[in-house]
Amino acid sequence: MAVKDVDLAVDLNGLVLPGAVLVASGCFGSGRELGDLFEARGLGGVVSRTVTASPRKGAPSPRAAETPSGLLSMVGLQNPGADAFVADDLLHMASLGLPVIVSVAGGSVEEYVRVTAMLDGAPGVVAVEVYLAGPDEELDGQAFTARPERCAEVTGAVARRAGVPVFAKLPAMPVGLVDVAGACARAGVHGVTLIDGVPGMAVDADELASSLGAVEGFLSGPAVRPLALRAVHEVASALPELPIMGVGGVWTGRDAAELLLAGAWAVQVGTAMLTDPAAAGRVASGLADYLRGKGLVSPSDIRGRMRAPAVRPDAPSRFESGGSA
Amino acid sequence: MKRARAEILSNRSYGAYHSVTIVAPEIAETARPGQFLSVAMPEGRAFLLRRHFSIHQSSRRGGWAGTLEFTFEQHGHGTDWLAHQRAHSFLDVLGPIGTPFAFPRRLTNCLLVAEGHGAGSLYFLAQELRAQGKRVDLLVGARDLEHVFKPIEGKRLSQTVAFMTADGSMGERGSVLDALSGMAEQTRAQVLYAAGPQQMLRGVADFSNARGLPAQIAVEERMGCGYGLCYTCTVPVARKDGSGYDPLRACVDGPVFNPARVLWDQWMGERSAEEMVPTPPEGSPVVRSWPD
Repeated sequence: MAVKDVDLAVDLNGLVLPGAVLVASGCFGSGRELGDLFEARGLGGVVSRTVTASPRKGAPSPRAAETPSGLLSMVGLQNPGADAFVADDLLHMASLGLPVIVSVAGGSVEEYVRVTAMLDGAPGVVAVEVYLAGPDEELDGQAFTARPERCAEVTGAVARRAGVPVFAKLPAMPVGLVDVAGACARAGVHGVTLIDGVPGMAVDADELASSLGAVEGFLSGPAVRPLALRAVHEVASALPELPIMGVGGVWTGRDAAELLLAGAWAVQVGTAMLTDPAAAGRVASGLADYLRGKGLVSPSDIRGRMRAPAVRPDAPSRFESGGSA
Repeated sequence: MKRARAEILSNRSYGAYHSVTIVAPEIAETARPGQFLSVAMPEGRAFLLRRHFSIHQSSRRGGWAGTLEFTFEQHGHGTDWLAHQRAHSFLDVLGPIGTPFAFPRRLTNCLLVAEGHGAGSLYFLAQELRAQGKRVDLLVGARDLEHVFKPIEGKRLSQTVAFMTADGSMGERGSVLDALSGMAEQTRAQVLYAAGPQQMLRGVADFSNARGLPAQIAVEERMGCGYGLCYTCTVPVARKDGSGYDPLRACVDGPVFNPARVLWDQWMGERSAEEMVPTPPEGSPVVRSWPD
């Protein structure tokens, strides 16, 4: 009997992707930069950089700082505007033959809807991802994510306008994440992307200055992977029917497997792309190797299958204090 | 851009600098002055981003064909690590990256102005310009004697060379900007090239603009990925048609720019995105096209 080989394709409640590993938003440039260093084989798609209705110049420099196991950055949504993006970058991304998920942002509900409408008829777009970490200009400039009801309002409006499935990209909020994800789902989103970068800061003590021009930035990379795992697990446990894209510090196939085990349906590779142009393909083949090693054939075989740690009767105390209690 | 697992041939120090020679024929073949290399750091807690170094030398033919040399000053844990890598160990290298310096077709007297390790890439340029029959003069500056990069090589590559050090330990005391006007006059410079820190490049830009001399500069901007994905190394550059400016990536849109089109005030000072104006401020340099 022929043994079935691993097939990384996934079905996210009707959104079928050729692979469970995607490139995260902001980590694929225009699609041209990597040239033949980019390996599309085995990937499920790419998420575009975030686009707004009008062009944006972005944040002042410096825009990035290296911190222990994390990249702190604030690019400030630099983008050429949705029309120019569709006419140029998107055409090129679509020509790679991979599904494209477009990340959209705006300062108001109306702008989010306008950007979404500008994607009508655009080639290769299979879904929209709603970026919510930017300022809400209709209220007081706080991030949309500061008000869960605004998250639902924005994502609901985008979902009603978009002709494709919509994902809400949410931060790793310590409390209430399930409520927000649930509210977005009721508002009409197809799924959620967990997690967005974590607000952070870096200081250059030599220069007595903040390391970023915008002072505050978002932390990504290996440092945030435990936060992503927790967020994915929490939402997956409470809302098992809601597709989740897990993202945060994925560097290897094993890292991707961990997110799937915690409950993600697919995984995005972000910061790793900025240090290794072949990272996404490497993660995909690593995930296939992992599944093969376990005798499994599909990413869905491990989705949410994480168990509690096994308890062995002869195991030493979990807290090795060194003294007697 | 190619990727290579490149063997280190040598890792030497020259005064305050380190100079690493690697074997990477597929990169050396197309490398041109002004372009740079991206070197991966080891995996671990402290490192994340690659480090980027301008190309000091590329040997396409001869006994050492297929080798590249890059130069850096030890400053921070990434360069500390690299300074300690021995011959015969391997580096994950991407390159060549970025737009190279353009060569003047008609004009022949080229004045090259470098500060610090910026001299590395300009010596490479000097060599290529001479191969094209151009006259090359060099103005090299540094903090002190230790920071003057390979002065003998500078002398060998140029018709005339002037050294400036802040403490007077080599050449004249002062900065390259103090000597720029006299040197340009003396050498009848028709074209300026510069590499070095922001403040010095701005001085060269002001000078070239005031004299109407065409110029090209290689900027040093902090890079995230180094290959165009992350948009962290942008420089505000005025559009040719005067319709505004674009935040261009120093890594793939640069690092070589026409200094007359860089919006210096904005790049060096005004920090808020809201303050960024859609068109170049009044009095900003007139766009000069590179001579053909």
